[in-house]
Amino acid sequence: MPDGGQLRLPEARDLERVVPPTGAPAVLTILTAAAMAMLAVFAVTLVFAADRLADRWTEELGRAATLRITAPGTEAETRVADALAILSQTPGVASARALTEDELTDLLTPWLGAELPLAGLDMPRLIEVTEDAQGVDAEGLRARLATEVPGASFDDHSAWRDPLVEAAERLRLLGWVALALILSALVAMVILAVTAALAANAQVISVLRTMGAEDRFVTRAFTRRFTLRVLAGAGLGAIVGALGVLLLPKGGEALPTDLGLRGTEWLALLAIPLLAGAAGFITTRYVALRRLREAR
Amino acid sequence: MSRREPKGPPDVIELSDVSYSYGDRPLLSGLSLSLAAGSFHFLTGPSGSGKTTFLRLCTMELAPAEGRVEVMGTDTRDLDRDPLAKLRQRIGVVKQDCQFLDHLSVSENVAMPLMVAGRDPEHDRDNVAELLSWVGLTDHANALPPQLSGGERQRAALARAVILSPDLVLADEPTGNVDWEMANRLLSLLVELNRMGKTIVVATHDLSLIRAAKSQVQARVLRLAGGSVHLAGADL
Repeated sequence: MPDGGQLRLPEARDLERVVPPTGAPAVLTILTAAAMAMLAVFAVTLVFAADRLADRWTEELGRAATLRITAPGTEAETRVADALAILSQTPGVASARALTEDELTDLLTPWLGAELPLAGLDMPRLIEVTEDAQGVDAEGLRARLATEVPGASFDDHSAWRDPLVEAAERLRLLGWVALALILSALVAMVILAVTAALAANAQVISVLRTMGAEDRFVTRAFTRRFTLRVLAGAGLGAIVGALGVLLLPKGGEALPTDLGLRGTEWLALLAIPLLAGAAGFITTRYVALRRLREAR
Repeated sequence: MSRREPKGPPDVIELSDVSYSYGDRPLLSGLSLSLAAGSFHFLTGPSGSGKTTFLRLCTMELAPAEGRVEVMGTDTRDLDRDPLAKLRQRIGVVKQDCQFLDHLSVSENVAMPLMVAGRDPEHDRDNVAELLSWVGLTDHANALPPQLSGGERQRAALARAVILSPDLVLADEPTGNVDWEMANRLLSLLVELNRMGKTIVVATHDLSLIRAAKSQVQARVLRLAGGSVHLAGADL
C-alpha cells in the first residue's frame, strides 16, 4: 500500500509525459530527422569543398598570366628582353620570368612525346608573369605590347579561369539550396507529425482542457516531445554523417581539393542538430497553437 | 465580461435564454435557470434530452447559439481563451467515461490538475494521498486507469475533479457503469463535498439514486425535456 511518500506524481520537468508515447510515429520522426541531418552534413561538406575550390582557382589562376612571343630565329631573344623590360615597368606585375628551353620542352613532352626533336623548330617563347594583389590592366598591357613587341600575346587565363570559378560558385550555391530544401523537408515532416499527433491525442487534449489547461500548457507538452525527438534524430544523423565524411578520400594529386572537412569546418556540423531542434521547436509550437485555437 | 451585483447567495451558474442546436436539430431552446452556490442539483431527463450538453455549456466546452451563460459571475460569451481556462480550473468535472490519461498512474492523473494550474504537485503530495484515501483508492494509487474497475475509475475521476478544491462539481452519469453499492458510495462522496460548501450538479437518469439521496441531502431535481428545464416535483 503506497503512502504519500511513494506516490508517483507528475513533474513539471517531465511535461512531455503528458502526451502518451507513440511507438512507430516517434521512431519515424527520429529516423527522418536523422536522415535529414545526414544529408545536411553532406550538403555542408559540399559547400565547404566548393568554397575551397573557388578560392583555390581564384587564388592560383587569378595571379598567374603568360606572355607568349612568336619570332623567327635570334630575334626572339631581343623581343623577350623588350617584353621583360616592359613588364618590369608595368604596375601590378610582381615578377616576370622567361621559361628556359628545357622548361618549354617539359611542357610539350606530355603531348608530343620525349622523342620528338624540338631543337630545329622555332618555338614560341613564354614568359611567366605573376601579378600582385592589385593585378595587371590586361587590356592596357596588350595595347603596349602590340606596338612595342610584335608577335607578343598576353594571356591572363581569364578565358578558362572564370568558368571554373563560376562552376565552383554554382556548386556552393547548390549546396546552400540543398541545405534549404533539407530544412524545408524537416519542417514539413514536423508539421505532418505534429498534426497527426494532435489528432491522435484529441482525447488527451480534451482531458487537459477540461481540467483548465491553457493552450500554452498543451503546446509545451507537444513542443518538448517533438523538439527532443528531432534533436535526438538530428544528433544521431549528424554523427553518422560526420563518420561518412571522415571516410571520404583525401584530395591528393588527383583531386583539386579535399572532399572532406578541415579544421574548424567540423564545428559547423554542431549547428545541424541545433538548427534542426530549433526548427522542430518553432514549427511544433506554431502548428500546435494554431490547431488548438481552432477548437473552443 | 460582466459581473452581477451580489444579492443573497451568489449564483454559481446562470443560464439566460440559452439555445443550442446540433446542426439543424435544436436541443435546448430558451433555457433559463440559476444554480445557487452550495446547492445540490440532480439533472434528469430522457437520453438525448440535453443533460450532457447542459453540463458542457457549464464547462464552456460548448458555446450557446443564443443566450448567455454566466459561470461564477463571469459572462462566458466573450471570454478569451486563457481566462476561460482559468475559470475551468474552478470547476471539477466527472464525465461518464472518466477520460483519464491512460499512460499515467492513478495518482499522476489525480494530481494532473495541480500541474495544469501551475502548481508543483510535489507540494501537494499529502493532499493527493489524502484524496486517494478519501475515495478508497490508496491501494491503486500507482495502478494505470485501465486496470481499475468502473467504480474505481469513477472514484478516481472524482478525486481528480476536487484536487483543486473547485467551487462547482459537475458529474455526468457518475453511477452509469457501477453497481448499486458503488453508486451509493459515490453519492455519499458527492454529498460530503456538498457539505463542504461545493455546488454539485449530477446528471443522471437513475431515479433510485435520487431517492437514495433524499435522506442525505436537500437536493433539487431538474428535468430536461423538450429543450427546456422544469423543476421535477417537490424538493427531495
